[in-house]
Amino acid sequence: MTRRKKMVERVTELMDRPERIRNIGIVAHIDHGKTTLSDNLLAGAGMISEELAGKQLFMDSDEEEQARGITIDASNVSMVHTYEGEEYLINMIDTPGHVDFGGDVTRAMRAVDGAVVVVDAVEGAMPQTETVLRQALKEGVRPVLFINKVDRLINELKVDQQEMQLRLAKVIDKINRLIKGMNEKMYNEGWKLDAAKGTVAFGSALYNWAVSVPYMQKSGVAFKEVYEKCHSGDMKWLARKSPLHAVLLDMVVKHLPNPIDAQRRRIPIIWHGDESTPEGRAMLSCDPEGPVALMITDISFDPHAGEVATGRLFAGTLRRGTECYVMGAAKRVNRLSQVGIFMGAERIEVEALPAGNIAAVIGLKDAIVGSTVTTLQEMTPFESLKHYSEPVMTVAVEAKSMKDLPKLVDVLRQVAKEDPTVQVSINEETGEHLISGMGELHLEIITGRIKRDKGVEIVTSPPIVVYRETVTGRAGPVEGKSPNRHNRFYIEVEPLEPAIVKLIQEGKVSMTQPALERRDVLVAGGMDKEEAKNVRAIEGTNMFIDMTKGIQYLNETMELILEGWREALAGGPLADEQVQNLKVRLVDVKLHEDAIHRGPAQVIPAVRSAVKAAMLMAGDSLLEPLQKIQITVPSEQMGAATSQIQGRRGQVYDMQSDGDMMTVVGRAPVAELFGFAGDLRSATEGRAMWSTEFAGFDLVPASIADDVVRSIRRRKGLKDQLPRPDDYLA
Amino acid sequence: MLTFVGLGLYDVRDISVKGLERVKNADIVYLESYTSRLMGTDRDGMERFFGQEIRVLSRDDVEQNPREILDHARSADVVFLTGGDPMVSTTHADLRLRAAAAGIETAIIHASSVASAVCGLSGLQNYRFGKSCSLPFPARGWFPTAPMETIACNLRLDLHTLVYLDIQEDRCMRIPEAIAIIEQMADRCGIDPPDSYIGIARAGSSHPCVVAGTGERLKAVDFGPPLHVLVVPAELHPMEREYMEVFAGL
Repeated sequence: MTRRKKMVERVTELMDRPERIRNIGIVAHIDHGKTTLSDNLLAGAGMISEELAGKQLFMDSDEEEQARGITIDASNVSMVHTYEGEEYLINMIDTPGHVDFGGDVTRAMRAVDGAVVVVDAVEGAMPQTETVLRQALKEGVRPVLFINKVDRLINELKVDQQEMQLRLAKVIDKINRLIKGMNEKMYNEGWKLDAAKGTVAFGSALYNWAVSVPYMQKSGVAFKEVYEKCHSGDMKWLARKSPLHAVLLDMVVKHLPNPIDAQRRRIPIIWHGDESTPEGRAMLSCDPEGPVALMITDISFDPHAGEVATGRLFAGTLRRGTECYVMGAAKRVNRLSQVGIFMGAERIEVEALPAGNIAAVIGLKDAIVGSTVTTLQEMTPFESLKHYSEPVMTVAVEAKSMKDLPKLVDVLRQVAKEDPTVQVSINEETGEHLISGMGELHLEIITGRIKRDKGVEIVTSPPIVVYRETVTGRAGPVEGKSPNRHNRFYIEVEPLEPAIVKLIQEGKVSMTQPALERRDVLVAGGMDKEEAKNVRAIEGTNMFIDMTKGIQYLNETMELILEGWREALAGGPLADEQVQNLKVRLVDVKLHEDAIHRGPAQVIPAVRSAVKAAMLMAGDSLLEPLQKIQITVPSEQMGAATSQIQGRRGQVYDMQSDGDMMTVVGRAPVAELFGFAGDLRSATEGRAMWSTEFAGFDLVPASIADDVVRSIRRRKGLKDQLPRPDDYLA
Repeated sequence: MLTFVGLGLYDVRDISVKGLERVKNADIVYLESYTSRLMGTDRDGMERFFGQEIRVLSRDDVEQNPREILDHARSADVVFLTGGDPMVSTTHADLRLRAAAAGIETAIIHASSVASAVCGLSGLQNYRFGKSCSLPFPARGWFPTAPMETIACNLRLDLHTLVYLDIQEDRCMRIPEAIAIIEQMADRCGIDPPDSYIGIARAGSSHPCVVAGTGERLKAVDFGPPLHVLVVPAELHPMEREYMEVFAGL
């Protein structure tokens, strides 16, 4: 029997025993060595040959990833590890560290129960370390820490053994402070990282060794040996005596939870349905006999098999032929034509896959990333996946030859399905397809993929910044009249309170939760009780509240009213950009007696115009996306680094020195960051380490707001003249 | 001056003599084409009969951009033609209000309306009608059940309901589909659909079709070309029943 065959056999045997399963993710700041770690773990566990690992970047199966040397998509593998004489199945998801791909991290965190946080010993915790850690804790995912590149401390920074230990302790401290800050309760309940307890490991993924306090008892390899062997360049000895995979996977098995324990704790966090229902009970106990509850976290396209949906199976058992329903899609049966698990980029078909595993299935035609899939006709869907970043940049794409247009439409649909952080839309006027993403690099990769993988020749426009609109004051009641003037809608607008916006962003308030629970959360967040009771819809961070009482026919008209409201939100009056943080109150309605005179053609434009007019009266303003920038440079380059931020309408708000290195933290508008990478490189002679991440939207400064609005309007072919409220209320 | 002139029910000859005179003498003649339609004629037929050029108006022309009509009416004699009796379709009240606000003199010349024609065609007494309602084609995100509620409310008070059927640019609702929609609405409201209906097609023509009966029966009847209208009757008075047996095949 070949080694591979044997491995498949062991994997399939263990997948039926949830107490022997660990679903883990590996998360890190870019370049802290996550993919190398994954590959060497695989090699150590006998999944790929050791010679290949560390060179081939096995998990980077996308050509683009290998060429750029960074990981783009989260890939899935399963491997077997023996701990204290028992075998365990480790399902591992490798996640990208580059901030432009933050959405992948969020999705991976939904699928796993534990995370190995990888931190570079020299650089310490970086901004994206913080981001990914926050995402993990948010999803109830328990972290352990691997401090990577310890050899660099010794060989590059030439620290002595004592200094080395001090520095490592500092890294642990920093991560612990982050955990405590993000979730003090879990921190106090044992999630605090502690090298003595074995929740921290140290080592070098590249040179394939690691140490941890518990493993030191076994191997006799302690910090003294580490220091000496690194110093003398004999890391092979370390790799033999204290191999990376053994130390890391021991830590994973010992300290990260199995699906049974994890689901009992995590289900209430990620699912807000009734826990006493059959599906609720089955998920809480990871029951393979219960109804299927599968959350889709990834969709990829296999040229042979078609659409492969990957997700975490929280309850039930999947088999070929299982008939599923996708919540939120048309109610029709999706029959599974294949059920499998991943090994590397390879899928292995299995007869039956029980709860607690990460599944890869074919046949879910209606599923998109984030879908809840079940054998039941109805089930409360999982909380939608929350992204910490929002699209900040857009490119327009066009097929080079007209005959490719249908193919392009198809490919764009696929792209949007695969990566929910991508938004694809069509400009109704020009017919252009627009792709919005998280940054320049993200968009380059997406468009590159369309050309390379999907084989569609396209022309792309230069990227455009995504703006938003919001109101700064209040207005109303504004009377919106239907075209026949027989229907009147009285609307008030004001900014949605920041505390409420935060509740929406964090997923604590949604229209899927029970009304009473939503009301209580909103009231606790400071909202007026009457308002909280009457929330009719939430769209992005906008809220629609129906304050009217006892108006006949309002119920059957409400969906049209909301449609008008959504149309206004899709493009505000100022620059036709998406609206955010807007609270709309419907305070009175006069409807025509007869249904035909209050149909879609009457109601939708009336409400849309009223909202837009009210926004103008309430000081509709333009918001621009900002990015947080962190630059680490040698002290003498600090001036060059800060001026790169300040010269871009940016603001530096923190500077810290660490030895002879300075870390500058600031933020700047995305609009000013085109070409930042190149400029920073030349300004600092290529010696800067830097990263950016989404830092929210902020008002465009008044001094330039008019010019920006005008240029957007011109680009979109809108009238130069800004609209006035009367234009909407004729 | 702006004069609303009713065209009556079916073809060019349903207009009143007064109305005809006003049209012939008008400077400008508009025809509103969206609340009702004269199935027995068309624009060419009217132009020939009236000897006038006719400008057809869409809903947007009347509701969104009434300025053109009003501007002309300020200095010329403008006629605004509608099917049936002008103000039965309530939306035109708005145009008259706008004209008044602009200081334009207005007048109405009435004509026959299906609202009264149903009495003669079916035998149902005018005094026994409750609120009427229109039945719209359902649209995305919009399936009003108010028509069924109106019917149910009238039935409780032992009143008949006149149900106008939707007219859109490319389609006119027919009686069988109207009954199917009403039954769907009843289902959604959790109440029983009406036991019987009276379907009326082409009121005002020389060959109207009037059939009374259960929903099942009427869904199988071929009423022929539009326009169709529907009545949900309350308990029938003996005179109504007799009339219906003679004239509507009950």
